[in-house]
Amino acid sequence: MAVQALSAAAAANNPLTKATAQPLAGGTTLIDLMKLDVMRPAAVIDINPLARGWSAIEPGSDALRLGALAKMSDVAAHAEIERNYPVIANSLKLAASAQLRNMATLGGNVMQRTRCSYFRDVSYENCNKRNPGSGCAAMDGVNRMHAVLGTSDRCIATYPGDFAQALIALDAMVEITGQAGTRSMPFAQLHKPPGDAPDIETTLQPGELISAFAVPGRWPRSVYLKARDRQSYEFALSSAAVALDVQDGTIRDARVALGGVATVPWRAREAEALLKGQKFDDGLAQRVADAAFADARGRRHNSFKIALGKRVMTRALQQAVTMEIRS
Amino acid sequence: MTAAAPEPKANMGQPVPRYDAAAKVTGRATYASDMPLDNPAYAFLVTSAIAKGRIDSFDLDDARGVRGVIDIVTHENAPKLKESKLFSNGGYAGTTIQPLKSADIAHDGQIIAVVVAESYEAAREAANRVKVSYTAVAPSASFDSPGTTTAAAKGQNAQFKEDPEVGDFAKAFDKAEVKLTASYDTPTQHHNPMELFTTSCAWMGDNLVIYEGSQYVYGLKNGVAEQLGIDPDKIRVVNPYVGGGFGSRGSMTPRTAIIAGIAKRLNRPIKLVPTRDQGFTIATYRAETRHEIRLGASRDGKLVALRHEGAEVSSRPDAYCVGGTKTTTRLYACPNVDSLVSIVRADRNTPGFMRSPPEVPYLFALESAMDELAVKLNMDPVELRRINDTTNEPIGGKPYTSRSLMACFDEAAKAFGWSQRSPQPKSMSDGDWLVGYGCAATCYPTQMAPSAARVRLQRDGRTRVEIAGHEIGTGAYTIIAQTAAERLGVPLEKVAVLVGDSELPPAPVAGGSNSTASTCSAVMMVCDQIRQRLFKALMPSDSLTDKAKETVGISQAPSTQVAKSDRPLDLEKAFDELGAGVVEEYGEWKPEGAPLDSFKAMHSGHARLVGGHAMKDKIAYAFGAEFVEVRVNRFTHEIRAPRLVGAFAAGRIMNPRTARSQLMGGLIWGMSSALLEATEIDQRNARYVNDNLADYLVPVNADVPGVEVILLSEQDDHINPAGAKGLGELANVGTNAAICNAIYHATGQRIRKLPVRLENIEV
Ligand SMILES: Cc1cc2nc3c(=O)[nH]c(=O)nc-3n(C[C@H](O)[C@H](O)[C@H](O)COP(=O)(O)OP(=O)(O)OC[C@H]3O[C@@H](n4cnc5c(N)ncnc54)[C@H](O)[C@@H]3O)c2cc1C
Ligand code: SF4
Repeated sequence: MAVQALSAAAAANNPLTKATAQPLAGGTTLIDLMKLDVMRPAAVIDINPLARGWSAIEPGSDALRLGALAKMSDVAAHAEIERNYPVIANSLKLAASAQLRNMATLGGNVMQRTRCSYFRDVSYENCNKRNPGSGCAAMDGVNRMHAVLGTSDRCIATYPGDFAQALIALDAMVEITGQAGTRSMPFAQLHKPPGDAPDIETTLQPGELISAFAVPGRWPRSVYLKARDRQSYEFALSSAAVALDVQDGTIRDARVALGGVATVPWRAREAEALLKGQKFDDGLAQRVADAAFADARGRRHNSFKIALGKRVMTRALQQAVTMEIRS
Repeated sequence: MTAAAPEPKANMGQPVPRYDAAAKVTGRATYASDMPLDNPAYAFLVTSAIAKGRIDSFDLDDARGVRGVIDIVTHENAPKLKESKLFSNGGYAGTTIQPLKSADIAHDGQIIAVVVAESYEAAREAANRVKVSYTAVAPSASFDSPGTTTAAAKGQNAQFKEDPEVGDFAKAFDKAEVKLTASYDTPTQHHNPMELFTTSCAWMGDNLVIYEGSQYVYGLKNGVAEQLGIDPDKIRVVNPYVGGGFGSRGSMTPRTAIIAGIAKRLNRPIKLVPTRDQGFTIATYRAETRHEIRLGASRDGKLVALRHEGAEVSSRPDAYCVGGTKTTTRLYACPNVDSLVSIVRADRNTPGFMRSPPEVPYLFALESAMDELAVKLNMDPVELRRINDTTNEPIGGKPYTSRSLMACFDEAAKAFGWSQRSPQPKSMSDGDWLVGYGCAATCYPTQMAPSAARVRLQRDGRTRVEIAGHEIGTGAYTIIAQTAAERLGVPLEKVAVLVGDSELPPAPVAGGSNSTASTCSAVMMVCDQIRQRLFKALMPSDSLTDKAKETVGISQAPSTQVAKSDRPLDLEKAFDELGAGVVEEYGEWKPEGAPLDSFKAMHSGHARLVGGHAMKDKIAYAFGAEFVEVRVNRFTHEIRAPRLVGAFAAGRIMNPRTARSQLMGGLIWGMSSALLEATEIDQRNARYVNDNLADYLVPVNADVPGVEVILLSEQDDHINPAGAKGLGELANVGTNAAICNAIYHATGQRIRKLPVRLENIEV
């Protein structure tokens, strides 16, 4: 296996079109999984030479554009993002560790793979995601970290990232560059729930790269709340990305996404519908949370995530409603 | 929390910086895998994916096809090794399950093949391509699994000699005014030292050098010799630094003799670096335990009856157990005591020592129960301990050599602000967080073992101390150097220390917190031999003792209390009189009450530990008290412990800096054992699931913002010449109970099963 560097000029004859080639950004997911023998790419293409064009952080007056090769740490610490998109800044700040955030890119972040222990240990045969058709060891195994929303009878693995919840909540678009040029689609269409084919995780085609994310609007009233086993350097047991537009006590627009509990970045649209046009109170928050988890399904060790997810979501809503906005 | 080293109090040495600090922070410290080898080959392990059954066949074609593969060793072609008995049965091994002996598989992750290649990468790649067909048998995973067998520990584990009892428990409990019966569980835990379980072996003709992080170089040398069937003196084990042991490197694991055998066959040095997850199954661990405690007390809080029943998991062939009832039945005054320890055999690798093996799980049970009793009595838990404090242990009535338990409680309570606590559960909060305070006692037996040392003094004061002790991160180099400098009256910078090499004079296993007491006592003794020689050369007549003291700054027989010469020796003069350029002394020290065969055992790699409750007419323990503040989030139920305060008394504190560091690490680990650490077992197949450092949670800095260690001044003349009680395993005991007691205070909810996770909280 060889590592090749990809230059902008080489994009025409893109070596990534081979299904077994993998782009390498920060490497913090890819290299780990290669060492574990979970991912066995025939070729690894270093996309960091594209960084000059692909790592810009561009807050505009009415939108935000983030290059896919921007580092998590740079985006998290950006003053305008902290001010106008706290949900983005905090989803990044509360993720991984300082060292990882310095290496990891936004594109790699949204493409990170599940932390399901059975997926990451090839000595377990039964993993439909890694070994299609082999069964799912987690279903009746140790599944405390697993998902309660968006699961299928083939796979219950959690989508582990934080940042994607902020993107999906804010109706972000993802910009995709491939041989045919650049296309743009809602970020919500990037990840695929496991369904019958948990091995297919995204709608990206071989040869396609994420080049940027675009976030419409500004969301100063937004929150990312993350519950986890330790105070830092740990994936979410449950998280909520909440963005509100509140005028005179009435919620004009509401965005809610959930992390740590679902198989994909999870937009809680039922919750949003209940919130819109309402005045916030705790009773509403409770109804909204119940609606968001109405279809949740717990298993042996992870049922607690349903109640936890509701409480995290409720608290995030309360925080977003009461937060002071610096203008 | 301050970063500065604590000022020494009475009976404490100087807080000198670590001997090896610069080497460690600059990366110059050479650990076993850093040792240069001449043209090594690299080994990578293949471990079993089932816990029980047999290997039907291997398909090695793919693996052999990887460029650079030299050999693949399986049970079909492995070097023949002799068996080694379990350390507790007079052997050296931490397990009697010997891999690569047959097609049988006895536990998850058992070594089933070793791939040897020209590079680490090639070996790992080929190992990934080894295909194995098994016939699997349903294994028993743990306590509740079908197929386990249970029996009393007494009678099957040679080191577990008694189930302590005294008086008539049943009658006293029956009549007690206040009663408590409660069950407690502790989880499986793995040491996860930073340094992986690496081994390098290099032969020179018939002589073998082993580079391996070990807590017992003499044990390893003799154990490997036994397995290879060669003279132990042909083996040398070298490890000047060990990247954390915590008990995991105390006894021999099967990997070492296997790698030595392969190196011999291939006639090439071999370097093995296993992975983190392999470390979960090729070494030992802390097994899960279950407890039932019964306490009976009078209304004024006096214990009248105490029963502690414990159960522990072990492997099928080995009856390992920690049996902490030896401590919990003796901690408080109580006239009627009963206890029982049993072992449950499952299809697991053999467990072993892990930092404070008996005390961590057993004091969790007792110190949680004491808190529950205090609640029943409507009494301050500190006062309950005071009422039941004792100078003599209740089982044999022997006096504690010293016991500063209540002094520790009082000091720690003051520093913590215990008096600010409003005792009612759920009565304290801060914003989103419910706040709880909790406390618990800690104790750890004071143990010693025979040790030898060699000390060499030159006329310019340069000193070299040689002792096969172990620098496992505790500060062994530093305190050995301090001891020699103080005893000989030479400047600390002139003392060089050599440890971690089986060619040096034997020291005991770095386990049971005996190292400081044992090695420093031996070093003191040998330094005194040097002083004697110099003194005799200067002052042939005994009557001139005082004069000699005045002129050269030493007395003939230094008091064991004052581990320090009064002033610098006039070495030039002494050496002139002696007519020598160098004075070198070797000596063998053994603690009071050491068995007759102690020195013989010391040379053959068996440490005869004495101390704790097993002394003839006394009992020796170090004590401490720990207070914690716990916060439980009302919404997320996240549990954090922002403040840990411990006060400890452990005889002479050789170096307050290194001591504090040990105790701080202990408090952090204690918190971790309550809130974070647990190895998850897939009950269906008896396999460890979270066997990596991302899933096996240990604390990060943000989890421990406030850790305060208070060292109490304590003098104990009844334990060993150094006057030191081991403290490496003191602070991580009891913390788990203190945390659960604080969670009760914060939430009103009593949690009796570790670790406590947010889903266990019902606010
Ligand atoms: C111990 C640990 C803890 C962590 N904790 C958290 C956490 O709490 N929260 C959290 O959100 N994350 C966490 N992470 C995950 C971390 O954020 C991701 O590993 C990181 O963001 C991945 O980015 P990268 O640039 O290193 O990706 P890489 O490893 O380089 O790539 C990841 C994947 O994405 C593909 N890829 C990379 N860039 C592109 C692109 N532009 N277009 C298309 N495909 C691409 C790669 O081929 C690969 O398959 C943790 C990771 C570790 C190791
Ligand atoms: S949950 Fe998904 S990733 Fe995990 S074992 Fe099952 S199929 Fe594999």
